[in-house]
Amino acid sequence: MTAPDPVAPVLEARGLTKRYGHVTALDGADLELLPGEVLAVIGDNGAGKSTLIKALTGAVQPDAGQILLDGVPIRMRNPLDARRHGIETVYQDLAVAPALDIASNLFLGREVRRAGLLGTLLRMLDKPRMRAESARHMAELRIGLRSLTQAVENLSGGQRQGVAVARAAAWGHHVLVMDEPTAALGVKESGQVLDLIRRIRDRGLPVVLISHNMPHVFEIADRIHIQRLGRRVAVVRPGDHSMAEVVAVMTGAMAIDADEAHAHVVDRAAASAVGVSEPPAAGGGPAVAPETRQ
Amino acid sequence: MSTTTVIAPDEEAYAGTSPPLWRRLLSGSTLGPLAALILASAFFSFRTDQFLTAGNFSLIIQQVMVVGTLAIGQTVIILTAGIDLSNGAIMAFGSIVMTKLAIGGTIPPLLAIGIGILVCAAFGLANGLLVTQISLPPFIVTLGMLNIAFALTHIYSREQTVSGLPRVLTALGDTFTVGGTDVTYGSIVTLVLFAVFAYVLSQTAWGRHVYATGNNREAARLTGIAVRRVLLSVYTVAGVVYGIAGLLLVARTNVGDPQAGQTDNLDSITAVVLGGTSLFGGRGSVIGTLIGALIVGIFRNGLQLMGVASIYQTLITGVLVILAVAVDQISRRRAR
Repeated sequence: MTAPDPVAPVLEARGLTKRYGHVTALDGADLELLPGEVLAVIGDNGAGKSTLIKALTGAVQPDAGQILLDGVPIRMRNPLDARRHGIETVYQDLAVAPALDIASNLFLGREVRRAGLLGTLLRMLDKPRMRAESARHMAELRIGLRSLTQAVENLSGGQRQGVAVARAAAWGHHVLVMDEPTAALGVKESGQVLDLIRRIRDRGLPVVLISHNMPHVFEIADRIHIQRLGRRVAVVRPGDHSMAEVVAVMTGAMAIDADEAHAHVVDRAAASAVGVSEPPAAGGGPAVAPETRQ
Repeated sequence: MSTTTVIAPDEEAYAGTSPPLWRRLLSGSTLGPLAALILASAFFSFRTDQFLTAGNFSLIIQQVMVVGTLAIGQTVIILTAGIDLSNGAIMAFGSIVMTKLAIGGTIPPLLAIGIGILVCAAFGLANGLLVTQISLPPFIVTLGMLNIAFALTHIYSREQTVSGLPRVLTALGDTFTVGGTDVTYGSIVTLVLFAVFAYVLSQTAWGRHVYATGNNREAARLTGIAVRRVLLSVYTVAGVVYGIAGLLLVARTNVGDPQAGQTDNLDSITAVVLGGTSLFGGRGSVIGTLIGALIVGIFRNGLQLMGVASIYQTLITGVLVILAVAVDQISRRRAR
């Protein structure tokens, strides 16, 4: 990142560091999520992307560094803190209670009680209201379901993930973090979830999307954050680079120039292994990318 | 936009989807047990004239009262994917505590009852602490607690039956007459407890959290449910229920019996399973458990009226349990 962003980031991480014994999972990692964008975070295994995401959602406390929400430094001791800040997370393993119905899942842990004595004394749930609000919300996100009273286990995998995403979108008023939301899904179902992510973005909620699936990343991301060896090595736009180039940067075979316009090979053997060569248009910028040393 | 089959429904399509009360009460898991209950009742009323009388029905409820109450606590624990092998032994200890304190003369009977129930709650709390704080499997924790409570019962009672109880302790064994049929107050207490737990489990946030914890513990935790606190409350509340079962036991037998309740743990599991509650947690209801307890009671009673030896009643109960779990397993595989 060279040119200063004209818009202030919604969520920002500065110099996050996290060590587990001798292993450095995060080595001064930065991240910027801009308003209304889908930011894909990619990286090889061990690049520190899951630690980065855990730090952003309160599941891990970084040893050093800062997390800012709307420019204000925040401290998250656990996932509940993140949720209080309006940062919601969708996990890959379909974190829903399958035997409960859709409305119950949407309101799980945030149940609404009836007004008056029924609610205060008898602690009775306001099921009609929760159902109505769920219906409104699901309709807004255009998640088509026959009935909100059917158990989640009777839904397809895509619809189930739709419920998990809808729940996160319903409560996350700041940021939505999705950890491999399509990993457990088939092609058609993944398409439904990607559509859903797009609609959530279009409604103004910025999304951090962690994915291994390059076609998905290129289909949906506005920007791609490439994580390598515990830090951010580049942020690119899907239109500016090919999938092979991005993979090459991710594996350290290529580096992105300072102006971010071009990628060039820094490790010929590794580059040919992922099927890229020096692009002809490469202007030959200085190959100084300290992060990419092998 | 890629072309997917996501349709845009109108809001009304969801809005009027709340099924009627009877439909919800009998949804899914309780339908099979209810059918079994009705079939068994039809069979026995066909075979013996004495079966289908109000007096006999009152008797059946009295016979299943203690195990049925234990099974309420058992249901809530099994809904969290746990199990409780210690409930009969805890109940027996509670009943010995309340009877021994009550005949001592220095403690008023009502206080003795309260202390007995509190002791049972403490056992439940201990089970819950071991399950949540040290993450021991409920099977092992409650197996250990079964032995501890059993031994304490025998040590504290010195193997003596406690008799000569004050009226207050046996009052729930008294009867009142409805349409010429004698009904014990204890039966009413049991039925009220079933109603209370049916309400709490289906209509409160705590109930939802119990189901969610048993259904997908990790998902429950990630949605912000304090899973450990839920489990701790479940085991403690179950302990309170076992204490009430202890009082019902005393009222029914008029003594504090250190030998009581030794097979009630398994009998309560039988009632829960026959009632369609899944041993894997997260599915089932106390209404189902009531039906399950009644199925056991009706089979025992009906076969007795037909003059079948009691050992065959046990045999048939065993067959029913295996059948119920098999049906649960097969329907779960279907759902996949």
